[in-house]
Amino acid sequence: MDNVLAFGAASSQAGRVDALFVMIAGIGGFFFFLTQGMLIYFAVKYRRRVPGRDNETPTITDHPLLEFLWILIPSLVVVAIFYYGWQVYTDQRIPYAGETEVHVTGKQWMFEVKYPDGRTAINEIRVPAGKPVKFLLSASDVLHGFYLPDFRVKMDMIPGRVTTLWVQPERPGSYQIFCTVYCGTGHSNMLAQLIVMPQAEYAEWLERGGREGGEAGGKEPLHARGERVVKGAGCLSCHAVDGKGKIGPNFRGLFGSTVPLEGGTSVTADEEFLRESITDPGAKVVKGYPNVMPTYKASMPPDDVRAVVEYLKTLK
Amino acid sequence: MTGVGRPEAEGNGRGYLADRGWRSWAFTLDHKRIGAMYLWTTTVFFLIGGVFALLLRLELLSPQARYFSNHAYNVFFTLHGAMMIFLFVIPAIPSGLGNFLIPLHIGARDVAFPRLNLASYWVFAAGFLVIIGSLVAPMDTGWTFYTPYSAKSAAAVTTLSLGIFLIGMSSILTGLNFIVTIHKLRAPGMTWHRLPLFIWGMYATSIIQVVATPVVGVTFLLLAAERIFGVGFFDPTKGGDPVLFQHFFWFYSHPVVYVMILPAMGIVSEVIPVFSRKPIFGYKAIAYSSMAIAFIGFLVWGHHMFTSGMSPLANKIFSFLTFFVAVPTAVKVFNWIATLYRGSITFESPMLYALTFIFLFIVGGLTGPFLGAMATNVQLHDTYFVVAHFHYTMMGGTVMGFFAGLHYWFPKMTGKMVNEKVARAAWALIFVGFNVTFFTMFIAGTRGMPRRYAEYLPKFQVENTISSIGSAVLAAGILVMCWNFLQGLRKGAAAPANPWRALSLEWKAASPPETENFHEIPVVTEWPYGYGTPKA
Repeated sequence: MDNVLAFGAASSQAGRVDALFVMIAGIGGFFFFLTQGMLIYFAVKYRRRVPGRDNETPTITDHPLLEFLWILIPSLVVVAIFYYGWQVYTDQRIPYAGETEVHVTGKQWMFEVKYPDGRTAINEIRVPAGKPVKFLLSASDVLHGFYLPDFRVKMDMIPGRVTTLWVQPERPGSYQIFCTVYCGTGHSNMLAQLIVMPQAEYAEWLERGGREGGEAGGKEPLHARGERVVKGAGCLSCHAVDGKGKIGPNFRGLFGSTVPLEGGTSVTADEEFLRESITDPGAKVVKGYPNVMPTYKASMPPDDVRAVVEYLKTLK
Repeated sequence: MTGVGRPEAEGNGRGYLADRGWRSWAFTLDHKRIGAMYLWTTTVFFLIGGVFALLLRLELLSPQARYFSNHAYNVFFTLHGAMMIFLFVIPAIPSGLGNFLIPLHIGARDVAFPRLNLASYWVFAAGFLVIIGSLVAPMDTGWTFYTPYSAKSAAAVTTLSLGIFLIGMSSILTGLNFIVTIHKLRAPGMTWHRLPLFIWGMYATSIIQVVATPVVGVTFLLLAAERIFGVGFFDPTKGGDPVLFQHFFWFYSHPVVYVMILPAMGIVSEVIPVFSRKPIFGYKAIAYSSMAIAFIGFLVWGHHMFTSGMSPLANKIFSFLTFFVAVPTAVKVFNWIATLYRGSITFESPMLYALTFIFLFIVGGLTGPFLGAMATNVQLHDTYFVVAHFHYTMMGGTVMGFFAGLHYWFPKMTGKMVNEKVARAAWALIFVGFNVTFFTMFIAGTRGMPRRYAEYLPKFQVENTISSIGSAVLAAGILVMCWNFLQGLRKGAAAPANPWRALSLEWKAASPPETENFHEIPVVTEWPYGYGTPKA
């Protein structure tokens, strides 16, 4: 179901939430015009017209029936809203059969994605259209939030716990994922995409082991592959490539430069330093930047790390 | 006439402002001076918190971080929230206006424990100094301090926790003092059903302060223990639970929402009848609904946590209870509107702000069900919709009530009048600026913009730009209002004892009141809302 408030609604559930939204807005709108209307009408109609004539107002102190009604009616209205809100919510929480499972871990400041067959990704989740998806959410450092505005759902990501979220994407496309629980400096840069693929395309993509067409070609230059990895791995949430300051050091002009470290020493940014900074970022912390980068030791294969280093060398 | 039952005190017969010198303020036991000190202090915090808000809106003019780093932005919104909540909206009306007015309203010479009252101010000030101390490593956790981030953050969270602990202690002392004062020091004939509704609001508020504040105190101690000793209450690797903190935090912080709003509702209940020349409609309903709100307010904290992984059953129960806070609140709104019916209404600045309170509070109230209903909550939680909703209730409600109270009691507190034309111009700017700033946020939130974002997607730029422009208008209005108050203080016309011709007891004292308020304790023979009858 679509309506004016359906900003890009992408699932049947979203339609039901929107319908509830419209219902509450309708009821709220009615009471808005009723109460504000009376407020303004009374204020205008009973304004004092003759200065000083103020001792002729009637003594009205209560009206039991009226007061009973305006306790009863709001009570019934809120029970109705509660009831529909509960119904729609319950629907969202019922497990689906035959769902695609995706594990997503929130980390400062990225979404780490793992599929049951061992494929991994960062800040990009691919699922088939028309089939239920179950997100198994957790966090490795602090609280994060997993928010799919186009699906009207969100769920917190909590260290030491697995929370779940079901959706059934209906329309292929790319959908925004936001982090909604404040998680520190890079909170607003912690963004990801949910890519909903037509089922045939998804099957084909699975066939290739989760690689894009052309990706497996092997003819791709190493630095181009590195650029792709940097964009896909969430590096650009914290590092800029255009000379501007962000949470982490800027990449442009980094290679070959002398980098001051916390503790007063400095180091030349050679291949080994770049490699170590990716796999063990806490080993040498650049002066003036917080030691907040997570390790990519497990999530970035050595080939990709080499490719990233090649790419960084091109950013003169 | 001399004081009743005691020798004439030194200050008697002179306005409470007559004494000069810092000692006469720092060591005063006069509830009016302590109230005035709270008002000055909290108003300064309000203005500083407002400057932080303007910095946020400045940065949000552009999607990319332009003026500040992300970290600086996070510090600004944390300080904006923490200052506004802990140093302004919680103490301003209860400790400021409440201290000033409670004894005057009930016909007493002072609060029950004047020394405790002074102590509460200085504990508050100490808490503030500790908070200043924490600025060596400014907080970036948000005013909610959620663990594990707050347990790990390099900022001075421990110091700040201590500061908030002290401020909480001050709040408890004030609440205790008010409860005893209202029970024991009412003038002869001042029965519970003759209490002004501001006092009912303050009474309900004080109960919440005394019952809920210890919980937040303990919570911050646990957080400090977590940081200093690594105990692991909230650390899953040590068997703790990160969500437990949220339960503790909201068990205090939800009821405290009513510490913020109930006194403001009390002010509105005072102002509406005076400027309508009508008795308040449904006195008992308004009085008891304050108590009902205070009680139900303790049962609904979980509605801040519908997406925190709580069981769906717990969510349902909290959602159900949440809706029942709406009913006594709605009853109050209906009663205020009914009071206007067939009145003889004038629109001096206190009345403008009281009507604005009702107008904005209705918007805040009607957007509550979106957040109370579980399915829409899951959509809107932690988006700008929530930011808009609580600014309509907290700023549109509490702050407008506070402004109404300041304009209403300014003549009583200072013995001077403010310039009414300037006051109305400031009101117009505030009303327009407020709605432009915050209504836009409902739209941004419904479209999916999360809160606490230093940088945002370009598709939200229109809303953010409009909102930032609105905030400049709002700030201009508040500046004009402050300037008007200062002008009134310096060279306002002398105020008569009862400029609004109100019937409650404080207007029977001189303007400004004498040190012990009344030469002779008044005997109360009727309720304070008998307007419209010929003898009024």
